[in-house]
Amino acid sequence: MEFVVQRAELARSLVIQLRVLGALLMREIITRYGRHNIGFMWVFVEPMMFTGGVIAVWSLVHTHSTKLPLIPFVVTGYSTVLLWRNTIGRCGNALEPNRALLHHRNVRVIDFFIARLLLEIAGASISFMTLSTLLGLAGLMPLPDDILKMIIAWLLLAWLSMCLGMVIGSLSAVWEPADRIWHVLSYLFLPLSGAFFLVDWIPARAQRLALLVPTVDCTELLREGLFGARIHAHYNLFFLFVVNAALSLAALLAVSRVSITVEGE
Amino acid sequence: MIQLDSVVKRYQTRAGTHTVLNGVNLQVHRGDKIGILGRNGAGKSTLIRIMSGAELPNAGRVTRNMAVSWPLAFGGAFQGSLTGLDNVRFICRVYGARFRKVIPFVEEFSELGKYIREPVKTYSSGMRARLAFAISMAIEFDCFLIDEVISVGDARFHEKCRRELFDKRCDRAMIIVSHEPHTIREHCSRACVLNAGLLHEFSDVDAAYAHYSSL
Repeated sequence: MEFVVQRAELARSLVIQLRVLGALLMREIITRYGRHNIGFMWVFVEPMMFTGGVIAVWSLVHTHSTKLPLIPFVVTGYSTVLLWRNTIGRCGNALEPNRALLHHRNVRVIDFFIARLLLEIAGASISFMTLSTLLGLAGLMPLPDDILKMIIAWLLLAWLSMCLGMVIGSLSAVWEPADRIWHVLSYLFLPLSGAFFLVDWIPARAQRLALLVPTVDCTELLREGLFGARIHAHYNLFFLFVVNAALSLAALLAVSRVSITVEGE
Repeated sequence: MIQLDSVVKRYQTRAGTHTVLNGVNLQVHRGDKIGILGRNGAGKSTLIRIMSGAELPNAGRVTRNMAVSWPLAFGGAFQGSLTGLDNVRFICRVYGARFRKVIPFVEEFSELGKYIREPVKTYSSGMRARLAFAISMAIEFDCFLIDEVISVGDARFHEKCRRELFDKRCDRAMIIVSHEPHTIREHCSRACVLNAGLLHEFSDVDAAYAHYSSL
């Protein structure tokens, strides 16, 4: 009996949760992209333009010296960077502009984060898919060797970004400099993120260290999914999973802590 | 019913922890009209926000068995960069109400005219209060939490509020915070005095006022 009641409660809560998330998604889209010109399409046009620009610059400079084709390498690298950077970056200021909405009981701090995270992940994913498809049709990008590997890599990176986003968003809600420090760190972290190198290219001792950076593991797996046997990818899925699980716990603790201390406007 | 059991709310200030509510108990039944009296800073708005669920207590328990409004107050409830209309849509989505029913009513009732299509941050506090009031009338609640807002606006708006809230919805429960004694005398059947973190209940409004004046 009690089980039935609990299931009904859960179903009701789920409906409310989805309603709130839907409302917040629309709210974020309106202020972020507006109703003018292409509106919501900026979600993926913006990252596409960025990646496109980077491809153009790299092609011109042409510092790339391996057998690997340049364009797919850049697309996979920058798309992963955009995924974690935009997703985490949007959480730093997720709370302040939405604070007044906490007056509505079912709108909770975690919903602000989830709405922004979903929007950014959707944007980065659509951008990556569109870009790969267009470049694939133009013959500039190979068909994926194993698309499942790519999807798993992408989802693991999205999961990682969601957790880090919530941790950094919660931290900056109670301590403003956290957001600024993250911005600096994310720039410094860029060359270490795995976007610009393959682990196979670096010395064996550095390889072990590089694999301790979770974004490196994700990028390696993504590239193995694309290039297949043409590269020798290094990654540790078990390690990624453990890191993500631990960060999930940290994220939920951080958000629940902030939810109690934060006040509506 | 809304039930508060030993509710404690503390805020962190630079000077240390400030306890606003220190074990508050209250029961609100369907149709109850309760006034809350208290000096400035006594925690009336905090109490209202806790009852609504907009804030969580540090200890104690809040149980709600009816649809409780958000705190109808001067601040909050709206996202400033969104227009009035977009805020109405947001609130409709959150509470599962229909735009088609709500929007015409809100446009008419709030008397915001073309300002309903302007960002809420450009509104005066009176305009915000009118918008908040209008939306809350368009969504069905069993209990309204009213934090001062009915004292806003001109005589005509007062009259509209009286008709919509106190006449048409006289079967609903209401919790009213107001510094105007006549507002509470007119609409409430009983009142509570909030002082030093504790809530004292009185069975009639006059007894509550007598206690409040003696503080």
